[in-house]
Amino acid sequence: MKRRDFLALAACLPWLASRAAEPAEPGLHVFGALPPAGRVARVFAAGAPAAVLVHAVAPDKLMGWPWALPAPALAMLRPQSRALPVLGRLAGRGSTMPLERLVALAPDLIVDAGTVDATYLSGAERVHRQTGIPYVLIDGRLADSARQLRQAGGLLGADARAETLARYAVAALAACERSDDEARPRVYLARGADGLETPLPGSINGECIDAACATNAAQGAGALARVSLERLLVWAPDAIVSQYPEFVALARRDSLWQSLAAVREGRLFLAPERPFGWLDGPPSVNRLIGVRWLRRILGGASPAQDWIEEAEEFHRLFYGHVPTRAQLVRSLEPA
Amino acid sequence: MSADMRSCGVGLAVLLGVVVLAVAIALVSGAYPLALSDALGVLLDGPGAAGEAGTVVWSLRLPRIAAGLLVGMALSAAGAAYQGMFRNPLVSPDILGVSAGAGLGAALAILAGLPLAAVQAFAFGGGLLAVGCVYFAASRVRHHDPVLALVLAGIAIGTLFAAGISLVKVLADPSVQLPSITFWLMGGLNAVRPDDLAVALPLFACGLAPVWLLRWRVNLLTLADDEAATMGIDVVRLRRVLIVCATLTTAAAVSIAGIVGWIGLIVPHAARLLVGPEFSRLLPATLLLGGAFLVAADTLARSLATVELPLGILTAFVGAPAFLWLLARQGRPE
Repeated sequence: MKRRDFLALAACLPWLASRAAEPAEPGLHVFGALPPAGRVARVFAAGAPAAVLVHAVAPDKLMGWPWALPAPALAMLRPQSRALPVLGRLAGRGSTMPLERLVALAPDLIVDAGTVDATYLSGAERVHRQTGIPYVLIDGRLADSARQLRQAGGLLGADARAETLARYAVAALAACERSDDEARPRVYLARGADGLETPLPGSINGECIDAACATNAAQGAGALARVSLERLLVWAPDAIVSQYPEFVALARRDSLWQSLAAVREGRLFLAPERPFGWLDGPPSVNRLIGVRWLRRILGGASPAQDWIEEAEEFHRLFYGHVPTRAQLVRSLEPA
Repeated sequence: MSADMRSCGVGLAVLLGVVVLAVAIALVSGAYPLALSDALGVLLDGPGAAGEAGTVVWSLRLPRIAAGLLVGMALSAAGAAYQGMFRNPLVSPDILGVSAGAGLGAALAILAGLPLAAVQAFAFGGGLLAVGCVYFAASRVRHHDPVLALVLAGIAIGTLFAAGISLVKVLADPSVQLPSITFWLMGGLNAVRPDDLAVALPLFACGLAPVWLLRWRVNLLTLADDEAATMGIDVVRLRRVLIVCATLTTAAAVSIAGIVGWIGLIVPHAARLLVGPEFSRLLPATLLLGGAFLVAADTLARSLATVELPLGILTAFVGAPAFLWLLARQGRPE
């Protein structure tokens, strides 16, 4: 290649990249020719957020789980979903699904949901080019849950079901009464066994806080970070929420954590993590019930007892199966 | 007193001053706004000092500073012992795979969703297990120099355990467990609690005391094995004792601080520049310098940004350029 050709090609690269990134409709990126919705029967979910989305909209079309769900999580799903194989995920170098095996599985469609940036777009395009399987990337911010559900429903031929779920999402994410930042409660989301790992403002892992009409007590910007208890004393959150039972147990009996007013005054709340986290993990439509829960407890409601029926309703709608009361009680207040 | 010994005494006194300075700065810096006079007042009030300021100084900052001192001392002393023992200035405490083993133990515990104490116990156990494997593998090697066999076995087993860490990372839930594993591997003292120190302190003491008592003999390990033997040293036994001690202290350090690199490599070098290579002087200098260095690095880690900067990254940022500088300097004829 002559140098001039190379320069011309280099000059075209941004244009090529932007061409590939052109969304088919807002928040939806398609690589390849989509099969008619009625003919999509087997869907490969590229990651955990996509799996939860596909499982909610069209559970019978999901070919398998991208990661191994722990047994207590599986026990809360429909028998058919429990029996699904663990297939692995597609995530560039971090993929655990070999492309050759993907071709052998011959899904009608690959669905990915979550962060959309140039890396993921080019990764999706490469997988499509190499396998010939159509690949759909759905932009997955929590605030856009209704749109994602409707788009997934349209792609998978499950419009009616998706519309029901989208209405739930709209209700859960209804506009906040207090729009001024000052009046909002400041919430710290504790992750990890020591509770000192937290999503910073703007992170996908902390979206549930903003959606619940609260403000992230952490300062800074970025993704996940480690902080110290000293820093937490300065931030002085109004409430602390966590999905880690071992952390909540530690903080409730520990004298150091008691130095935080939120812990001392009983505003440390444990959110269920099964079958999928209410606050995070994976960052998908499983968080919608967490948003309702968080709005309610920050408003002063009891965290546990009143939630059994609400949880039953969510499980019936989104997971197509209502676990036993005992299972729900255990997931709401383990230990 | 010879001039040589006097300069060594001066060097140690200077280092002690550096430690005191690092501790003092660490005590008055941090996220919680606390004036120097308030901090001193709370200190004088004793461990029962009331209010948030009391908690900050006595339960958060002091344990963290103590942990920094201990971890810095432990890693540096282990590094100095290994550099003497392997007759190689380029080895660090994790040459025998202790960090990789501890990392695998911690990663497995996080993957299984175990509580904090179990993560630390698994890290400690993993470190001991890795070095145990290395020692066993090296003892099976008959046709090589025993020191070389140890190093090679350490590289192989370390790689094996590192591959195990990668495997656990692939299996971990990417949105929940993977960040915890990654943060653990980058090191940090932000989660240190007073009760961690109560567990780690005896381990550090058990590991450091024999090295201190044997400091005169470690010099002889720089000789060839048969030469050392003619001077009445049981080389194999001495080496075994040093490995057990260095492993114990390093594993204890890693279990409370995660993987903090470079310090065990760089601090003995800097100490050697100050007091010379003689181990009985090198060891106290290394202990003081290592403690001061880690306390200073941790002070930066908790005060440079609103969130914690991983300690392992900071020590590498400081350690790697310093190491290159030393390397270039040592190549020059005096």
